[in-house]
Amino acid sequence: MASNSAEPRVRIGIVTFPGSLDDRDAARAVARAGAVPVRLWHDEGALRGVQAVWLPGGFSYGDYLRSGAIARFSHVMDSVADAARGGMPVIGVCNGFQVLCESGLLPGALTQNAHMRYRNRPAPLRVESTNTAWTSAYRQGAQIVIPAKHKDGRFQADASTLEMLEDQNRVVLRYLDNPNGSVHDIAGITNAEGNVVGMMPHPEHAIDQLTGPSTDGRGILASVLSHVHSGATA
Amino acid sequence: MARVVVDVMLKPDILDPQGEAVKGALPNLGVEGVERVRIGKRIELDFAEGVDAASVEEQARKVADALLANPVIEDFTIASVEADAPAGAS
Repeated sequence: MASNSAEPRVRIGIVTFPGSLDDRDAARAVARAGAVPVRLWHDEGALRGVQAVWLPGGFSYGDYLRSGAIARFSHVMDSVADAARGGMPVIGVCNGFQVLCESGLLPGALTQNAHMRYRNRPAPLRVESTNTAWTSAYRQGAQIVIPAKHKDGRFQADASTLEMLEDQNRVVLRYLDNPNGSVHDIAGITNAEGNVVGMMPHPEHAIDQLTGPSTDGRGILASVLSHVHSGATA
Repeated sequence: MARVVVDVMLKPDILDPQGEAVKGALPNLGVEGVERVRIGKRIELDFAEGVDAASVEEQARKVADALLANPVIEDFTIASVEADAPAGAS
């Protein structure tokens, strides 16, 4: 018997907020990667023994005030924030990225696309940092294609924050064809520890050649499974 | 009833696509000479009778700072106003 079959499968929590759209796609991607998707509910603090957390895309609480602004105050985000500060890998995709910024777990903010239009198309990206829990499986500098679909995806931060992100190699993904006007072509960033990553494009929509533009999104899950198996997380 | 008005505006150096879109439409109205358009939000908080003035001010500021504005991209001002007209009336 191979030793890895004896290891319990990694449990990855996927939060559902009212308005989440991509939680099922995320769960499917997690299952396809060989891990166990664990559904987490916005109004409960329980993390159900997960070893990583995925905040999916969508429009949490309708985004009526500002993208991600209300979700930040949900019960589950208290637990996610504590776990993230303790080293648990957390990824926020699209609306999840906005929630991470609103929560202060990542710097900056996501604002309305410069051209005002909703934009959905495959986004060519360059992997700028493989030194995170979610991108270690990629080759440094690799060019990948992952779908983007958003109206509020323009990353903004003040000059000193941008300088800090660049100096500390915390820009994780950069657009090759900036679809929204993000400063420095930023598509994804990480925290100082590398366990929290936010990205606007949707890796859960790029796991199957039949339904996506590539299978490049699989690397996100391969990275975190490797990270958890290495025992790097609490 | 005590009414507090919170005005939220994008910081001056943050691009406001809504404002730019409106500015771009002005020539169609025959309006010339507008150099800049910025669009913000006005939020009215009506506190119940009996909440003391100091608490109204403190709570309004808390709501504005934690929720209504994102300090990374937005500024806000708060002001107490007379609330004899129903909300939304002019």
